[in-house]
Amino acid sequence: MKINGILIHPGDNVAVALEDMHAGDALNIRGRGSVDVLDDIPCGHKVAVEDIRAGSAVIKYGEAIARAATDISRGRHVHTHNLATEDM
Amino acid sequence: MGYMRPDGTVGIRNHVVVIPTVACVNGVARLVERAVPRAVALLHGHGCGRAMEIGMHQDTLAGIALNPNVAGAVLIGLGCETVSARVVAEKVRQAGRPVEVFMVQEEGGSLLTARKASDAASAMVEACSRMERTECPLASITLGLECGGSDAFSGISANPAVGIVADRIVDAGGTAVVSETTEMIGTSHILSRRAVDKETAGRIVRIIDDAHRRTKEILGPLASLVIAPGNMDGGMSSIQEKSLGCICKAGSRPISEVVGYGARPTRRGLVVMDGPGYDMESLAGLASAGCQLILFTTGRGTPAGFPVVPVIKIASSGRLFEAMPDDMDIDAGGVLEGHTLDSVADAITLMALDVMDGKPTKAEINCQGGIVCLYALTPSF
Repeated sequence: MKINGILIHPGDNVAVALEDMHAGDALNIRGRGSVDVLDDIPCGHKVAVEDIRAGSAVIKYGEAIARAATDISRGRHVHTHNLATEDM
Repeated sequence: MGYMRPDGTVGIRNHVVVIPTVACVNGVARLVERAVPRAVALLHGHGCGRAMEIGMHQDTLAGIALNPNVAGAVLIGLGCETVSARVVAEKVRQAGRPVEVFMVQEEGGSLLTARKASDAASAMVEACSRMERTECPLASITLGLECGGSDAFSGISANPAVGIVADRIVDAGGTAVVSETTEMIGTSHILSRRAVDKETAGRIVRIIDDAHRRTKEILGPLASLVIAPGNMDGGMSSIQEKSLGCICKAGSRPISEVVGYGARPTRRGLVVMDGPGYDMESLAGLASAGCQLILFTTGRGTPAGFPVVPVIKIASSGRLFEAMPDDMDIDAGGVLEGHTLDSVADAITLMALDVMDGKPTKAEINCQGGIVCLYALTPSF
């Protein structure tokens, strides 16, 4: 099983894809098993490793990086289209 | 592992430095370096014509002269500069480090000054050549943390791996210093929560707010390119995510103190130094703060080192490691192939221990020390 995803902090609810992925591919994360991705995911982008409810924190580096704008299912691409971020 | 200094610090290098306090006498410092090749001239572009930075530049030059890796300093002044060589020399002398000062306007011009300063530098090189390394605990290390020329992988591979090494140094009783306040914008609520006390938390919020305001003032509409996620295509979704990708190189331990640019920490543990994101100015600040060793992550690749502080360059990908083999010390790209962050942290730790014992880094081997770039907040007059 080729490792192609990384969970940077054990408390994170998103992993990072280490290669370009297509919907239906398996994201294999060392120590965390495998997640079937539901969207096309570009390399370096985030994938939900658990269901994230609308309004709850998206956690990467062990910290909240944004809030989910909609319910995000395990395996979904997590990016600006489904996150509420502060305007800089 | 290191050379004991009179102030109780431990150097992992044993340099004699020649410091011009004003750029007008850079040429004299260079003549000294030519006459005494084992002395290191720390050329820079400042020393006069600025009002607000006089104290900061005096303290920073004194801080670099007092870096544990420096055995002794020869200061070259002109005589009419605002960053006074005598003031800097006095700070160095009070800390017990060997120092000599020569003023070009008083010694008979450039060549005579260079001759006298060369004699002093030569005597210092001879004296420090008799020093021997002794065993020292890791607790005596102050580790500088730097990232520059980052790419989409920096926050995934190199920075988190360096963060693990920073945690190890802190856990061993040492100190790790993270700077580049511009790259903390958006995370003051996260970082202040990690502060050991209320005062430190307040300072964290203040310096990040100031950096945010200043960046917007200086850059205007361009600010979003610098402080907002520059490249959404790379997968960054928020300013918090982008900044966390930078500061994860500082690991996860509590923040014990916030110090100003180039100031020496008074507490051990993880320390935040308020400073610019420009690598070259940041490196000078870390050297002045007393870092004996700097871990520098890069994604695009940079050869930059610092004249008296070994800089270990950590490539965020195997592609970069292979593209700039003479400049990269460690390949963190294994993380992208499924290796653990711990395995890369182990490789960095082993290299760091070797460098503490004298092994040269790529930047040292290739003489990529460059000139010293001092941070300035106001224009010159």
